[in-house]
Amino acid sequence: MAALCEAFTLCGLGPTGGVGLGSGLLALEPGADPDHVLLTDRGRTATLFKVSDQKPLGCWSVKHGQIITCPVVCNFETHEYIAVHDNKVLRIWKDKDVNLDKVFKATLSAEVYRIHSLPHAEPLVLFRGGGVRTLDVLLEAPQQEIENVISDEVIKWSEAFLEGQQPVLIFVTEKDGDFFVYIQKLKMRSLCKYKLEQQELSNPLCFTAYIKKQIITLLCLYSSNSVYKVLIPLQQNSEEEEQTLSKSLLLNLSISGSVLKGTSFVVLDKDHVAVLGSLAASGEESKECLTIWNTKFQTLQASKELPLGTSGQLWCYGEKFFFTHGKVLTVVIYKCETSSLAAAVGKLKDSQTSDLSSFVNWNTLGDEELLVSCQSQQSVALKSESKMMLRSKKSAVEDIQPDASTIGQFLLSIKDASTAAVEDELRQLLSKAQRPDFQAAIGCVISALINRCKADPMFYPRNFLVQMIQKRELSYSLCPDLMAVALEKKDVHLLQICLQRFPDIPEEITYACLKVFLSISDDYLERTDVDLESVISYIDIEPNNKEVKTEVVENGFSTELEEDGCDVTGMKETHMMDSVEFCPVGPQKAALLNAVLHSAYSETFLLPHLKDLPAQQAVLFLRYLHYLYVKCSEKINTTLPGVLSPTISQIMDWMCLLLDAHFTVMVMLPEAKRLLSSMHKFVRAQVRFYSELNKIEGSLQELQRIKCQKDSQAYSIEVLELI
Amino acid sequence: MGEFEVHRVRFFGLVPAGVRCMAYQHRGCRLALARTDGAVEVYNFAANYFMEKAIPGHQARSVEALCWAAGERLFGAGLSGDITEYDLERLRPARTVDGFGGPIWSMAANNDGTRLAIGCEDGSVKLFQVVPGGVQFEKNLDRQKGRVLCLSWHPSGTHLAAGSINFIRVLDVRSGRTAQRIMVNYHVPKSKKRECVVWSIAFLSSGTVISSDSFGRVQFWDWERGTLQDSHTVSTSAVLSLAVSEEEDSIVVGTSAGATYQFQLLPVKAGGQEKRWVRTKPFQHHTHDVRAVVHTPTALISGGLDAQLVIRPLMEKVQKKGYDAVLRKFTFPHRRLVSCARKARLLLFQFSQHLELWRLGSTNKTGKDGEVLPVSRMPEHLLQLKSKGPEHIYCSCVSPCGSWIAYSTASRFHLYRVQHEGDSISVKKVPGVPKLLLPAYQLQCASDSGRLFVASDRGSVHVVQLLEPGGCKHLHTLRPPTGTREAVYLLASSADGNWLAAVSGDWEVHIYSLKHFKHHCTVPTYSCAVTALAIHPATNNLFISYSDQQLFEFSIPEKQYTAWSRMVQNSGLHKLWLERDSPITHIAFNPKNTSQILLHDVYMLCVLDKSLPLPDNNTLLVNQSTLKQLSEPARRRQLHAFKICKKFQPLLFADLLDERCLVTVERPAVDISAELPPPVQQKKFGT
Repeated sequence: MAALCEAFTLCGLGPTGGVGLGSGLLALEPGADPDHVLLTDRGRTATLFKVSDQKPLGCWSVKHGQIITCPVVCNFETHEYIAVHDNKVLRIWKDKDVNLDKVFKATLSAEVYRIHSLPHAEPLVLFRGGGVRTLDVLLEAPQQEIENVISDEVIKWSEAFLEGQQPVLIFVTEKDGDFFVYIQKLKMRSLCKYKLEQQELSNPLCFTAYIKKQIITLLCLYSSNSVYKVLIPLQQNSEEEEQTLSKSLLLNLSISGSVLKGTSFVVLDKDHVAVLGSLAASGEESKECLTIWNTKFQTLQASKELPLGTSGQLWCYGEKFFFTHGKVLTVVIYKCETSSLAAAVGKLKDSQTSDLSSFVNWNTLGDEELLVSCQSQQSVALKSESKMMLRSKKSAVEDIQPDASTIGQFLLSIKDASTAAVEDELRQLLSKAQRPDFQAAIGCVISALINRCKADPMFYPRNFLVQMIQKRELSYSLCPDLMAVALEKKDVHLLQICLQRFPDIPEEITYACLKVFLSISDDYLERTDVDLESVISYIDIEPNNKEVKTEVVENGFSTELEEDGCDVTGMKETHMMDSVEFCPVGPQKAALLNAVLHSAYSETFLLPHLKDLPAQQAVLFLRYLHYLYVKCSEKINTTLPGVLSPTISQIMDWMCLLLDAHFTVMVMLPEAKRLLSSMHKFVRAQVRFYSELNKIEGSLQELQRIKCQKDSQAYSIEVLELI
Repeated sequence: MGEFEVHRVRFFGLVPAGVRCMAYQHRGCRLALARTDGAVEVYNFAANYFMEKAIPGHQARSVEALCWAAGERLFGAGLSGDITEYDLERLRPARTVDGFGGPIWSMAANNDGTRLAIGCEDGSVKLFQVVPGGVQFEKNLDRQKGRVLCLSWHPSGTHLAAGSINFIRVLDVRSGRTAQRIMVNYHVPKSKKRECVVWSIAFLSSGTVISSDSFGRVQFWDWERGTLQDSHTVSTSAVLSLAVSEEEDSIVVGTSAGATYQFQLLPVKAGGQEKRWVRTKPFQHHTHDVRAVVHTPTALISGGLDAQLVIRPLMEKVQKKGYDAVLRKFTFPHRRLVSCARKARLLLFQFSQHLELWRLGSTNKTGKDGEVLPVSRMPEHLLQLKSKGPEHIYCSCVSPCGSWIAYSTASRFHLYRVQHEGDSISVKKVPGVPKLLLPAYQLQCASDSGRLFVASDRGSVHVVQLLEPGGCKHLHTLRPPTGTREAVYLLASSADGNWLAAVSGDWEVHIYSLKHFKHHCTVPTYSCAVTALAIHPATNNLFISYSDQQLFEFSIPEKQYTAWSRMVQNSGLHKLWLERDSPITHIAFNPKNTSQILLHDVYMLCVLDKSLPLPDNNTLLVNQSTLKQLSEPARRRQLHAFKICKKFQPLLFADLLDERCLVTVERPAVDISAELPPPVQQKKFGT
C-alpha cells in the first residue's frame, strides 16, 4: 500500500521567506547528491537545498534585469550547474562560485526550452524549435545553427531517458488544439513524430513518461479528470508518415461521487501515480489535495488535504513529494510498496511465501501488450508474459517465442479464416506442450472464438470448446461470453460441463441455464449428448420413464388427497409408491439439473432471478428435488451414489430457496397442492425420526461422560507403543 | 521401535497461583507478571514467549502492581507497604523502600520512567523518583479518604488520575492539588446505592479518563469538566482491569466473569471525523477473575486468577500467518518442578512451600498397546518436607539413588539424607552444609549420587561432595572465564562424571571439566533462550533445545556441533515442530539405544530417533496412529525420526526409568479448576 508519511517545510516562498520573492517556482531539479534539490524560481534566483536538513547550501542570482528562463540543472558527471537566462545565455558554474556574472558564459543562436541532465550522460539541450544538442557539442560551437523542427508548434513538455546508454528525448507540442509527440534518439539521429489521438471536449493538461523495455509509456492527465496511457514503441522504424497514437484509459480520478480535478501528476511505480489537484464534491467547495492512486485496482490509496492551496506544481524525487503549500515549499515523504490484492484488502501475506505462484497474474497479459507483441512481432512484451506464474507448475522447456507469435497470429486469423482452417489450427495448438502462459493464451483464444461465434452464426467450434473446458482449468470470468453463446444455441452439454467446471458463474447465468434445462422437452434431450454420470446410479434408464413423465405433466389423480389423517409410516409408503418412486424428469434432464444443483451460488443474488421461473417449471423442479430428497433419505448416510450427484444439503438448500421464491404461487396452484402436502408429510416424518435420534444421543452422551470420569484416576500403568 | 510401560502419574497436586498484575516493556518485548503468591516472572516475547526469569514468591510479599521504569528496571509494590526493586540478574528482590502510607494498592510509572506514583491504603498518592540504585521519596500529593486502588499518569506527566471507592480524582503533579473530583455512582438511584469500586483507570493524552468499576461499567470522562462522555456496561460483575494501546485507539478490559472485551475508537461514519469508543470483540478465555490485562501493539494479553496467561493476537495487526498469529495460553511454568530418582523409582514434586516424595507403583503383567495394566503395588507417598519460613522454594532435586534430597529457598539451602529400610523411611537433615552464595537456582545430582551441583549467581556453579553416611563438603566453585552477571538457571552433568554444562541468564552455555575443575569450552552463542539440555551418557554429546524449538547436538570432547546437528540445521526441522508453542522442558536418553532421545513439552512427548531420516514439510509429523494401521513394509517407508505421542496432556514431566519404562506426570486442567474457588456464578441457558 502506498501511504503519505510525515510532511515538513523546506523553505518559505513569500517575499520575506527567502526564495521566490512571491513570483512562484519555475522548477525543482535533483541535485548532485540524492538529498539535494535545486530550486529555480520565476525570477533571478536558483537555490540548492539539503532536504533532510531543511537548509539551503547555496544560492545564485543573475543580475537585475536578467531573468532565468530555464530551470537550473546539475550535470551529474561534473557536478556543475547549468542555467539559461534571457532565453539564450548559457551559464555553467560550480559549487564554489559565488557570482554568476563571473562564471562561464556562452551565448547561443537559438532560444532554449529546457536542459535535461541524465546520470552518466552528457546533458541534453532542447531548443524551442525542437532541435536537440548535447551540451558538449553545443559548447564546441555555441553559435552553431539550430534547425527548427516543429515550425509553429509550441513545446508543452519534455523529458529525457537513457535507454541502454542511448539518450532518448521525448517532447510534446501543441498547435491549434492538436498534440504531437516527438521522440528524438540522439545517437541514431532519428526523430519520430506522432499525433496524439484527439479527445473531444478535453485537453491534456500534464504529461509524464517512463521507459521500460524499449517502450515509452506516456501518461497524460486530461481535463476530463482521467489519466490516459499511450504506449510508444522505441524500435518502430518510422516510415516518414505521421502515425496517430491511440490511448487507453488508465485511471478515472473520481472518489465516490466527487471528482479530482488534477493539475499535475507524477508516476511513482508501475502501479501508482500521485496526483495533485482539487477535489470537488457536488455542492461543496473544492479542496486541494495530494493523492496517491493505484492504477491496478483503480483505488485511491492515500490523500492529504492542502487547505492553504498550491501552485499546481508537483515534483517527486527520491520518495519525496515537493510542492508549494500556501507560502511554503512543503516536502512529503511517501511510501509506495508493491500492491497486491492481498495488500489492498489489508491482508498482505509474507512476500516470501510461494503461495502466489498458484494464481494467474492476469494483469501482465493486458490487451495492449498482447496486441503490441502480435503486431510488431517482437519479444518485448512477451518477455514480461513469460514471467507470469501459472496454475500449472510444470514448467515447459519448449521454445516460447515462436509459440507466442503463433498464438498472436492465430488470434488474428480466427477473425476471418474458414471454419476448417480454424479447427485445424486449434488442433495444432492443443497438441503442443504446455507453455507456462498457455492458460492465459487459451483464454484469449476462447474469447476470440466466441467473438467470431457472435459475429458469424454458422461458426461454432463446439468440440473444441468442450475439449477446452474439460481439459483446462478455465473459469467463467476468463471467457464470460461463452455461456451466453451456449445458452443462445441451447447447447446443453456445453452448459452442463460449464456448470460442473466453472467456479464463478454468476447467479443470473445459473438461473438462465436452469430455465433452459426445464423448458427443453425430454424428447429433444434424449437425442442430445448429455453426461449421465451423476444420475446413472440412482435413476433407472428404462423406457418406462417416459410414462412417468407424462403422468407428472398431467399431474396424476387427486385420490390421495384425503389420506391426510393416516399414520405416518403408512402414508409415507403410499406416497412413495405414488409420485416419488419415479423420477419426474428424464435422466438427461435430471443430469442437467444436477449440474445446476452443483454450481456455487449466493442466495441473495439467486432469489430475485428464481422468482421469474414460470410456475409450471417451478413445480416440476420442486418435484424433482422432492424425488431426490426421498432418494437420499432411503440411505442411512443420506447420500446419493455416484460421482457428482447432488448432496443432501444442496438439495435442501435449493428446495428452501424454491419454496421461498414461489411460495404464494405454490399455495395457489392446484396441481402443486398434492406435492406440497406429500412433502410436508415426509418432512414431518423425518423430523419425528430425528427427534427420536436426539433422545438416544442424549443418553449415549451421558454414558460417554461417565466413561471419561473413570478415565482420570490418579495413577495407572499403561502400555504405549511407539513405532 | 517398541512398547513402553508408562507410569501415568496424576497425583502431583500443583495449583499454579493466579495472575495478579502484569507490566509490558515495549522496547525489550518483555512481559513481567506477578502472581498472587508473590512470585514474579518475566516472559521474553522475542524468544518465543519463553519464561526467561522467575523469582519465587514470599508469604509476606504480595505484589499488587508492577512497573518497568528507567529502562529495564522492574519495580513492584504490594500490601506490605514497600516498593521493591527486583534484581533480574540474581532473581531476587534487590532493595525495598517503605511507602509509609500503609498497604500499597497501586503503582504507576510516568511515560519516561523517571517517577513512580503509589496509591496507598490511607488515601495518599506519593511520588518517588527513580534514581540509580533505588527510588527516592519526592512528595505527597493531596490526601483524601479511601484507599487509592488504581493510578494512571497523563502521558505528558503533568497530571495523575487516581481511582478510589466511589470517586475518581485528578491530581496536578506540580502543585499536588486535586484538580478534579468525579463521583462515579452519581447516576445510580439512591435506593440501589452501594459502594462502587473503581478497579482500574487510564488517562489518555486527549484528556479522557477511562475508568472501570465494580458495577461492570467502562466509563469515559472528560477530566477538565468532570463530565461523563460515554458509558458502556460490559458485565453484571466487576470490570477489574483495563489497558490502553500505545496509539490510544484501542483498550482492553477484563471482568470478574473471566471475559475480556476490546473497545476501539472508530469513526461514527466511514471516513468521518467524529469518533466514538465501540465495544468490538469479546473473548472468554478465563474461568475466573481477569485481574490483569495488557495491550501490546499486536496482541491482547490477559491473566486471570485461574493462573492462565492468555496472549490473543489481533489478527488485523498481524501481517502473516505464523508463530505470532496464534492464540497461546500458559498455565504452567516453563521450568521443571519434578525430579526423578531413576534407580529408586522415586518422584520428587516441588510445591511453593513444600516437597513431596513418592514411590512409583509396579505391575507384574505385560500387555499390548493402549491396555491398562493391573497395578500390583500402589504408588506410595513417602515423605512431605515442609519448608520453614515465609520464603518459597527456588529449586529442588532428588539423587538418582533416592537417598539425598536437596532444596533451596532465597536464603537457605537444605540437604537431607533419606534412609530406606524395607518399607519404612527415615529422613535426617545433613548438618553443617557449606555456606554457599544463595539462593541456588538449580540443583543437580551426579549420576553416581556422589556429588551435588548447585547453580549460583554470576554464572558460577558450586560442586558439593556428598559423603556417606550423611555429610557433605564444598569441593570447588566453577566460574565462567569471561564472567557474567546473570545467574545459572540450567545444569546438566554427564553420566561418567567428567563434564558439567551450565546455562546462565545471558543464554551462554559453558562446559566444565569436572576432572580438572576447569572451564572446557563454550557452546557457540545462539540468539535464543535455552529451555533444556542434557549430556548423552554414552557419547558425551550435549543435546540442547532452544525456545525457538531448534535442537542442537554439541560434541563435548570435540568442542563442535555433531554431524547430525549440522544435518538437522541444513535440512531444517518440520514446520509443525517449529510452530509448537510450548518449550521443551526436559531431555532424557534411552540407556540401551544411543540414538534415541526423549523430549517433552506440555502437549506432547517425543522420542527422537537419530538413526531415522528427518521428516520434510510434506510428510505427516504426528504419524503414530497412521503407522499403526500400515503393514510392516509400508510402515518402514513412512518412518521418520520424530515419534510423537500426544496422549498425555498437560504434561509436566516425562522421563525414561529404563529402556522399556516411562514415567509421565500430568496435571489435568479439570483437577486444577476443582481446587480453585468457584467463579462468579453465571446464568447458563437451560440450567
